[in-house]
Amino acid sequence: MTGLGVEIKGVVKKYGTLKAVDDVSLRVSPGELFGIIGPDGAGKSTLFRMIATLLLPDSGKITIGDRDVVGDYRDVRSVLGYMPGKFSLYQDLTVRENLDFYASVFGTTVGENYHFISDIYRMLKPFEKRLARHLSGGMKQKLALCCSLIHRPQVLLLDEPTTGVDPVSRYEFWEILKRLSADGMTIIVSTPYMDEAYKCSRMAMMIGGKVIKEGTPDDIIAGYNGKLWKVSGREVYGMLLAVKAYCGVVSCDSFGDSLHVVVRDDIEGLRSYLREKGYDDVTVEATKPTVEDCFIELVRDGCSDR
Amino acid sequence: MKRMLSFVKKEFLLILRDKRTMLILLGLPVVMILIFGFAISDDVRNVDVAYYAHRENILIVKVMERIGANETFNLVGRCGSLREAEDALLSGEADIVVCFDDEFGAQQPIQGKTASVEILADASDPNTASTGVAILKNVMSRYYMEHTGNESLINPHTRLLYNPAMESTYNFVPGLMGLILMLVCAMMTSIAIVREKETGTMEVLLVSPTKAWMILLAKMVPYFVVSCFNLATILLLSVYVLGVPLSGSLAALISVSALYIMLALSIGLFISTVMKTQVTAMLISVITLMLPTMLLSGMIYPCENLPLPLYYFSMIVPARWYIVVVKKLMIEGLPFIAVAKETLVILAMFVVMLALGVKKFNDRLE
Repeated sequence: MTGLGVEIKGVVKKYGTLKAVDDVSLRVSPGELFGIIGPDGAGKSTLFRMIATLLLPDSGKITIGDRDVVGDYRDVRSVLGYMPGKFSLYQDLTVRENLDFYASVFGTTVGENYHFISDIYRMLKPFEKRLARHLSGGMKQKLALCCSLIHRPQVLLLDEPTTGVDPVSRYEFWEILKRLSADGMTIIVSTPYMDEAYKCSRMAMMIGGKVIKEGTPDDIIAGYNGKLWKVSGREVYGMLLAVKAYCGVVSCDSFGDSLHVVVRDDIEGLRSYLREKGYDDVTVEATKPTVEDCFIELVRDGCSDR
Repeated sequence: MKRMLSFVKKEFLLILRDKRTMLILLGLPVVMILIFGFAISDDVRNVDVAYYAHRENILIVKVMERIGANETFNLVGRCGSLREAEDALLSGEADIVVCFDDEFGAQQPIQGKTASVEILADASDPNTASTGVAILKNVMSRYYMEHTGNESLINPHTRLLYNPAMESTYNFVPGLMGLILMLVCAMMTSIAIVREKETGTMEVLLVSPTKAWMILLAKMVPYFVVSCFNLATILLLSVYVLGVPLSGSLAALISVSALYIMLALSIGLFISTVMKTQVTAMLISVITLMLPTMLLSGMIYPCENLPLPLYYFSMIVPARWYIVVVKKLMIEGLPFIAVAKETLVILAMFVVMLALGVKKFNDRLE
């Protein structure tokens, strides 16, 4: 199976005076697993709805393959699988009834395409007769995924599919997506979780309606400008406050059980400052930035530019 | 076709599993028929009557006995004084007090002096008061005539010429059919469609090759079936419990009712295309459907009594036409040809509403 490419050119969407999506241009190649990463309110869902033909862009153009999402929206809808951010199945139907219903909505049957979703549906099989409202968060999302896959779409749009899902289910979910993309399906997925960026072949970072960075996860990390230090010690929270109070610090964020710190000039200054403050068991070492660090840097630079 | 069937099946499953909605859909008509049929009618019953007489005599006792025997009145007793009579009215112990003067039924009437009776009524409920008083006068004058053979001095009120209890039930049934079918179809359909918008399932349905009209039609079919079921319930209750006659053609009545149901469904469809949340859909349904249907359709007040602007407005209230049809077909027993005009109006409204709804239905989110 070959997926279709998605091309987004200069798309703007305004709600009143608010620009929910502000001049976004992206190109997603066929078969890519493309991530759109950004906090809540970054404009991800609005962008997804425009790709899904549900909202009309105020300006700009989106094409899927060679079909325009505005002019050829009927054609687009037949090649598209869309899973909205909100759980969008019928709570009062059972797992199987939901699947059967969506299969017939898309003019197919579960039997016809079962092999296509069998990997995922196997996990749901024991709960076939359960009402959708009684499923766990992870199960719901898997069911929703099954429903959006049942007609073998060429392009799959997933709006925050892992939000509110436990880590194990999230892991499983991404493994499924990787397999689908390896089979040639084009997948665009949004997420607020930075750590999921590594699962994507390419990604775009969105904030305030704009794409502030685009590339492979490695590209993005390579684009990190500063020098990042990992500060760890016993009392992390106290240290966080202390480091933030230090005048030479550019940014300091907690990262698991340690701190990621960027300093203006010499790191020795921070070392001796912490020793003065009584944190003598502190280790300070250079560390590789993560996608999250890149995001923080980009947001910080964006703020200082304004 | 297969797609359509699975849509309809899904819709039925959702209705059946939503117990509360089911209860409203099927229980509401029964409850309303019973409430309107029995409780809310403009005939007067259980009027408490007390009397006051300074000196009691056999005639007064006989008159009061006769009053107490009437099914409209409950005799509550004698008041010792005018003061007590007033207290009884104020406290609600009595709705009407009959005051006899000393000349009434006296053994030796004083020459040249006429006996007089004063009737005090609590008019805070004007309907009970006026109707009660009228019936009371009637009872008394009839007794007086039988007793003396003389022409009554009290003129019976014309209001007593018809029996309000029977009439009101007859009048309410057609109106109620118009109201219930309109509410169940229009409100429930609009809420059902808007609910899909709210829960987000509409988003997925829209991003599918399914045509908009199919989504809409599939929504209407189950509610049409439920409404036909309701129609049967209402007709059975009306005929066998309330005793409303079914004097015309049942087939004609059912056909026009089915048309009216389709009109209501298309109105619900139209509302759902405009509204975004279930709450607003509900409110708009009540404001634009329930109130006009109750007040401007001839259900409670005759349309002819409306001020002119409202009279013209009542022309676009679907129930107004439907109620006429039901009255003519069911109660007056006229042939179908007598309601051809009304049927055409309903048909025209249906076509217009359906066209508007389908045109307005957005297959995008904005």
